[in-house]
Amino acid sequence: MIHSNVRHLIEPEDFTKEEILNLVELGEKMYNNPQAYSDVCNGKILASLFYEPSTRTKFSFDSAMLRLGGNIIGFADANTSSAKKGESIADTIRVMGYYADILVMRHPKEGAPKLASMYSEVPVINAGDGGHQHPTQTLTDLLTIQVYKGQLENHTIAFCGDLKYGRTVHSLIRTMARFNAKKFILVSPEELKLPSSLKRQIQDQYDIEIQEVRYLEEVVDQIDILYMTRIQKERFFNEEDYLKLRDSYILTNDKLENAKEDMIIMHPLPRVNEIAYEVDDNKRAVYFEQSKLGVYVRMALITKLLEVGPYARG
Amino acid sequence: MLEVKGIENGVVLDHIKAGKGLEVFHMLKLNKVDTSVVLVMNVSSKDMGKKDIIKIENKVDFDFNILSLIDTNITVNIIKDDKRIEKFKVQVPAEIVGQIQCKNPRCITNFDDYVRPTFHKYAENEKVLEYVCSFCEEITKFEK
Repeated sequence: MIHSNVRHLIEPEDFTKEEILNLVELGEKMYNNPQAYSDVCNGKILASLFYEPSTRTKFSFDSAMLRLGGNIIGFADANTSSAKKGESIADTIRVMGYYADILVMRHPKEGAPKLASMYSEVPVINAGDGGHQHPTQTLTDLLTIQVYKGQLENHTIAFCGDLKYGRTVHSLIRTMARFNAKKFILVSPEELKLPSSLKRQIQDQYDIEIQEVRYLEEVVDQIDILYMTRIQKERFFNEEDYLKLRDSYILTNDKLENAKEDMIIMHPLPRVNEIAYEVDDNKRAVYFEQSKLGVYVRMALITKLLEVGPYARG
Repeated sequence: MLEVKGIENGVVLDHIKAGKGLEVFHMLKLNKVDTSVVLVMNVSSKDMGKKDIIKIENKVDFDFNILSLIDTNITVNIIKDDKRIEKFKVQVPAEIVGQIQCKNPRCITNFDDYVRPTFHKYAENEKVLEYVCSFCEEITKFEK
């Protein structure tokens, strides 16, 4: 194991609240004036190690690094890497640290980026590990909340869909708990409820009301932020279970009739059918803008971990 | 009545809950020890009614505290030259490294041979001990 002072982002708690606020603030600045940061990563290389398919997260990181003036290498399919040959993550990471200045890893197994960080001499960013965590999606979500709600604190947030395997939910709910959420409402079928261990950890640490319901209509008038999620096929061990639950929750304009005027609807994307296309034109829908903001908060994160630009030392 | 002679040097694990002796045997990997080992089950006990006992000859370098995951009442007696030189109860460890597997089938520790499964104590009450996996954060429960 390598012991160094290198900072990583493996789970949201790796950063203090102040650091997170700082990143969100910088992400907003970069969004408003990306040109000002277009060369802060000159000569730096980002390696994206995607052991599992991704469209948005991978391209978002690639775009972020290119917009900062840096370069990118990596793979988007474990079949084209040495993992296919049975190489351990520790060996892959040790070597990748010689080729790149910062590593972005997505892996289907939970805890894989943590293992990578233990053997890396360069910063490692968790870009999603199984059904566990997705901290950079959380940064994206926070920037979206900041932009559309004006503040991160004191919101009633409903999470809807796959709360069991939804890593974006797991990272965000922990983080919003740190930012003094008013209330969490969990809307899911019985089979896809938030893991009891995570629910307990939140209840043990924070004094936040958690309400669990089966149907969104029961609570829609209370919600400030509605966070929709996809029922993810890749998290199920068999097709039958997936098909049974896939159509559990579909958001339509009818279901939003009693929603607050200033409620926002978020989704980490991709969606399959859980948000009807008609909702795209609803003024509350911000999920495409959310995806756009992801690039800028990832730009902020890269500069922080590489200690360049606004985070340059000295 | 079945009689097992004492040992001159080694360890006697006493007060093992009846029926748990085999689990203790496997946890300490006693099948791989090359000295004499005796597992006695369902021995009469004043306090416990019945209990299991394990005697291990000429070997004392075990991590006994891991046995608290099976039974926190186990007593360890270290024997030297026919005399008991030390007696203690197993202690619940704050950290467990490389001795148990994570029960989460999606955890990296179940796929990558390089990694040593690591757990930290999360909670404890009269009935249950809970450990959280350092990699996937899944909580594993052990009944006392």
